[in-house]
Amino acid sequence: MVKLAEWRGKDVFRKYGVPLPRGAVARSAEEAESLTRSGAVPLPCVVKAQVLSGGRGKGGLVRFANSPEEARSAAASILGLTFKDEKVKEVLLEEKLPINRELYVSLTLDRALRLPILITSPHGGVEIESVPDSEIDRQPVDPFPGLTAYERRRAAKSLGLEGGPAKSLDGLLVGLWNAFQREDAELVEINPLAVVGDRLVALDAKVTIEDDASFRHPDYAEIRDDRTPLEEIAREKEIAFVQLDGNIGVIANGAGLTMATLDVLKELGGSPGVFLDLGGTDDPKKVAEAFLLMAQAKPAAVFLNIFGGVTKCDTVARGLVEAMSQVAPADRFPLVARIRGNNEVEGTTILRAAGVTAVPDLKESAQAAVEAARRAR
Amino acid sequence: MTVLVDHETRVVVQGITGHQGMVHSRQMREFGTQVVAGVTPGKGGTDVDGVPVFDSVREAVARSQANASCIFVPAPFAKDALIEAVDAGIRLATVVTEHIPFHDMLVMYHYARAKGTRIIGPNCPGIAAPGKAKVGIIPNMVFRPGRVGVISRSGTLTYEIVNGIKERGLGQSTCIGLGGDPVVGTTFLDALPLFDQDPETDLIVMVGEIGGTAEEDAAEYIERHFSKPVVAYIAGRSAPPGKRMGHAGAIITRGRGTAETKVAALEKAGARVARFPYEIPGLVQEAAARLVRR
Repeated sequence: MVKLAEWRGKDVFRKYGVPLPRGAVARSAEEAESLTRSGAVPLPCVVKAQVLSGGRGKGGLVRFANSPEEARSAAASILGLTFKDEKVKEVLLEEKLPINRELYVSLTLDRALRLPILITSPHGGVEIESVPDSEIDRQPVDPFPGLTAYERRRAAKSLGLEGGPAKSLDGLLVGLWNAFQREDAELVEINPLAVVGDRLVALDAKVTIEDDASFRHPDYAEIRDDRTPLEEIAREKEIAFVQLDGNIGVIANGAGLTMATLDVLKELGGSPGVFLDLGGTDDPKKVAEAFLLMAQAKPAAVFLNIFGGVTKCDTVARGLVEAMSQVAPADRFPLVARIRGNNEVEGTTILRAAGVTAVPDLKESAQAAVEAARRAR
Repeated sequence: MTVLVDHETRVVVQGITGHQGMVHSRQMREFGTQVVAGVTPGKGGTDVDGVPVFDSVREAVARSQANASCIFVPAPFAKDALIEAVDAGIRLATVVTEHIPFHDMLVMYHYARAKGTRIIGPNCPGIAAPGKAKVGIIPNMVFRPGRVGVISRSGTLTYEIVNGIKERGLGQSTCIGLGGDPVVGTTFLDALPLFDQDPETDLIVMVGEIGGTAEEDAAEYIERHFSKPVVAYIAGRSAPPGKRMGHAGAIITRGRGTAETKVAALEKAGARVARFPYEIPGLVQEAAARLVRR
């Protein structure tokens, strides 16, 4: 999932004709001053930190400015701050508008209905979770006709809009729907959507893009710069890599098996650290790659839980032993392996011969991994 | 017909000339499945292990009377492959392919549903009925014919659990791996009635995961309508609060979708919920023993 910063989300909105305040991004206090001085951003303006976490207003990351000097000092006070582990590198400067009302509009997926859903509420500008259900309208949208005119009229009614603002909403929703579909978004959200005189303006933009559609949108892939080098390598090798707080590294194949493995380790008093999920594959090459990747994460001990379905366990075991020999002795760690499936007896024998603790039972092997990590500490 | 597949199932493999397509066509045949055709555009006229390859699903169906498809086509082309299968009259399609954008899957699901085709998957191991047929990739070695139905959102965890059931001397009627994507063609709720009506299934094992509310919806159905014993397991109890689709996602689920809410809903519905996967075979054995006594 690629979560877009507000200004990038607004770039998407602009492309699809969703109305926005006039504004521009600044990466330095000087730039903030010159953007307001030149009139590129009309005054008075709002200066907003571009971070992905919510709660910017309360965190003091949204300021107002009446002059270029004030814009400069507002930007200077925000840029470089750290908000919820995220460094502020950019501010968005936008004209301050006379707001009549604040509304809420979003499009996302309803998994249970297997349909996109248009969510609207007349209560914008607050966290939507805090709005009572009775004040939220949910309109499932069939992907074939798309968001139809009658559905857009219903949305206007649910928001209490008539006349000019209702007309403005109609065009805005067409744009929002197109953005949702064509950009492969998981979520497009406008909160607040402001009524400004006769028209509507999207004051904020939350857009998340689905990773699986990156073959259609190579440009989004470049935006993600929040990965650690190890996460980057894992992504290239199509291995799911997640960093938790613990010290036991876990390698498993398949999301369900990985989660079940973590559940068991935790129940037995262990503390899972990095975990690598190879997906449904038991390809020995991938097991070996994951093992070498894990070695770089420097865990206290590693628990490997693989179900060999297509490949045979002895093949996986041989690949693993080969990979182990590539790790420098100083970087080695205790390994507990559980390889089940085709030829599991042969696989277990090969691993034991190489000095690996190989136990076929899930509970016993998890226990052994927890013990190994405890001793290593 | 048992649950979706039986001796009448005739499989066309879309993407048969790729590595996965080739390996699993072979395994499906070893399972006893009638794999009657393959499709790879541009490779019509060739064969894979004696299975004729056609350029289109329509030709494959015309020549081989295939009625089910197993799709291994890469994600960017999977939507097209599925629509082609639907248009050729295929009524059951297992989509093994992973990483299909959910916007594509929405179109695939609603198109297939409108035309009367059932999709299993995507990103799933498919369906298998031991002694009858397999449309998918679940390893043959875990199976043994029997009377336990298995419905699961997981892949390898399913193999693990099905294998555990076999090791206790029990067997399976039909096993369906639904796939773990946000949008799937067949959900627990879709699959449960099929197992309820299946005379060859005595009890079912349901393997769920955190995320979404499919297990809660299934629990509601089980409580109201399902007549057979249910053993369940939910993976991910220890997982840190996962990624959600922002605030809009939270108001759709409204506090549901966690391991706790799923376990509670299933227990309320009368299911025996295992805390760990290795408890499942024992619970299945107990449930089966109670059925015999009745």
